Amino acid sequence: MNGPVAWRTRHRHAAGRGPVPGAGRPISIEARGLAVGYESRPVVEGIDLVVRARTSLALVGTNGSGKSTLLRTLVGLLPALGGELSVLGSPPKGAPARIAYLGQFHAAGFVLPLRAIDVVRMGRFPNLGLLRRMSSADHELVAEAMRAMGVDALAGEPLRSLSGGQQQRVYLAQVLARRADLVVLDEPTAGLDAGGRERYLRAFAAELERGATLVTATHDIAEAVEYDQVLLLARRVVALGPGREVLTADRLLDTFGIVLHDPHLEHAGRLVVAERAHGHPQIVDTDPRAP
Amino acid sequence: MLRALVAGVLVSIACSIVGTFVVLRGLAFIGDALAHGILPGVAVALLLGLPGIVGAAVGALVMIGGVSLVTQRSRLSSDSAIGLLFVGMLALGVVIVSRSSSFSGDLVRILFGEILGVGVEDLLVQAAAVVFVGLVAWVFARPFLLLCFDAEQAEVAGFPARRYHALMLLLVATTVIVSFQTVGTLLVFGMLLAPASAGALIAHRIGAMMTWASLLGAISAYLGLLLSYYLNFAAGASIVLVATILFFLVFLVVNARGRAVPRREAVE
Repeated sequence: MNGPVAWRTRHRHAAGRGPVPGAGRPISIEARGLAVGYESRPVVEGIDLVVRARTSLALVGTNGSGKSTLLRTLVGLLPALGGELSVLGSPPKGAPARIAYLGQFHAAGFVLPLRAIDVVRMGRFPNLGLLRRMSSADHELVAEAMRAMGVDALAGEPLRSLSGGQQQRVYLAQVLARRADLVVLDEPTAGLDAGGRERYLRAFAAELERGATLVTATHDIAEAVEYDQVLLLARRVVALGPGREVLTADRLLDTFGIVLHDPHLEHAGRLVVAERAHGHPQIVDTDPRAP
Repeated sequence: MLRALVAGVLVSIACSIVGTFVVLRGLAFIGDALAHGILPGVAVALLLGLPGIVGAAVGALVMIGGVSLVTQRSRLSSDSAIGLLFVGMLALGVVIVSRSSSFSGDLVRILFGEILGVGVEDLLVQAAAVVFVGLVAWVFARPFLLLCFDAEQAEVAGFPARRYHALMLLLVATTVIVSFQTVGTLLVFGMLLAPASAGALIAHRIGAMMTWASLLGAISAYLGLLLSYYLNFAAGASIVLVATILFFLVFLVVNARGRAVPRREAVE
């Protein structure tokens, strides 16, 4: 488990010199003047966005900046408050079997009498419908997803006996098992240990290679740098573009409010962002000048 | 006596299937409210000489409709809406019954059931209800499971959360309506909750939870009837009492064993 993980698709430089990475591939998400928010109160307005198949988009911003709201609008949990939005060629919610979503909060856990494998199997439900039995191909996808997240040995364990990080791995395996064309994840690495993070990075880089579109809300700027596109949000669109171009000290200052220039760290090619959105500072490590 | 036992077991099975969803989805309060909210419906039906079951159905509809209306059209939480309608309907029921000549007899019958007076027709209705509830739970097992797991996951997976939530409430209402004659409106809720909760503590799969719940429910019905027969206790209340005691026994055993079993740690 070493070496860099290929977040961007290999053909990016061959195909995508234009403004939108992956030019020529089918469009997975297209937003024009999109406004997102809750109960007709917009959180972010005027989002223009094109995300093509086999490319990745990271949403970066503080808590409350509109990341989750945008993700929830993309998967159809919230109605768009304005503008146009097309997801996989139809309005959101048009193709449930082709979309996988993992939200930030999971109410489930302690009451539900479920084994880890039952949770991963749920990933196949949209394809199976109400009564069709799981085929051997379905079982193989489930097993493969559990191996990818390193939870195959826990398959028969009750969900409630697993630690928070193990549960998160199981939820991510459920997402993998869906074999979705569009994968939407809200802070997927929260609670994961180093091993879990490594597996997550590899598994979802493989999803991208397979042809999926990946949209992730993240606090991890070092990870975001590796995405084809980064959307910086601060209850408005701060910037949109390739990770290395967008994630500059100035823009991060604009997004997070405070950027600490530590000469010691800068010497090492690192930048530290302190986020104080909700009173508790959070240090985010970044390396925008890395080759 | 045999009829009472059959009725008790049928009620146990229906309550275990539906109670599993009630426990997992956190519908306990609305289940309770439904059980009590049908009181005025039953009372009116009895006054008019109609079958109680018809009144119960109308009462349940009013209850669900009222809760949805108040929750959607006001900023009140569903807790408050349910509570409000719950006491309102209960009070209405008592007011109506108090107008009837045999006030206390009717009220006790509705609240606590008369399992010993269950007729063959009642048994057939209950058996039909068990089949209906079981069939719906089987056909819609996947959306129900997703809904219990995470309503948003159900929605994204293409199973509208609202629709399946409504279907679940319909199952709760059906069970309450056909069961109240056996254990009464006050106690049917105990059969909905106690065996399923005990099942949740034991089982690691939903099917197993329903099976355990049915088993515990049936044992409660049997032991409750024995208690009632030999010690002259009220039958419905004895059944629910046994079910509750069984829950606490399971709780104690699972807790004692849970301490001894080490948690499984990191995988790598």
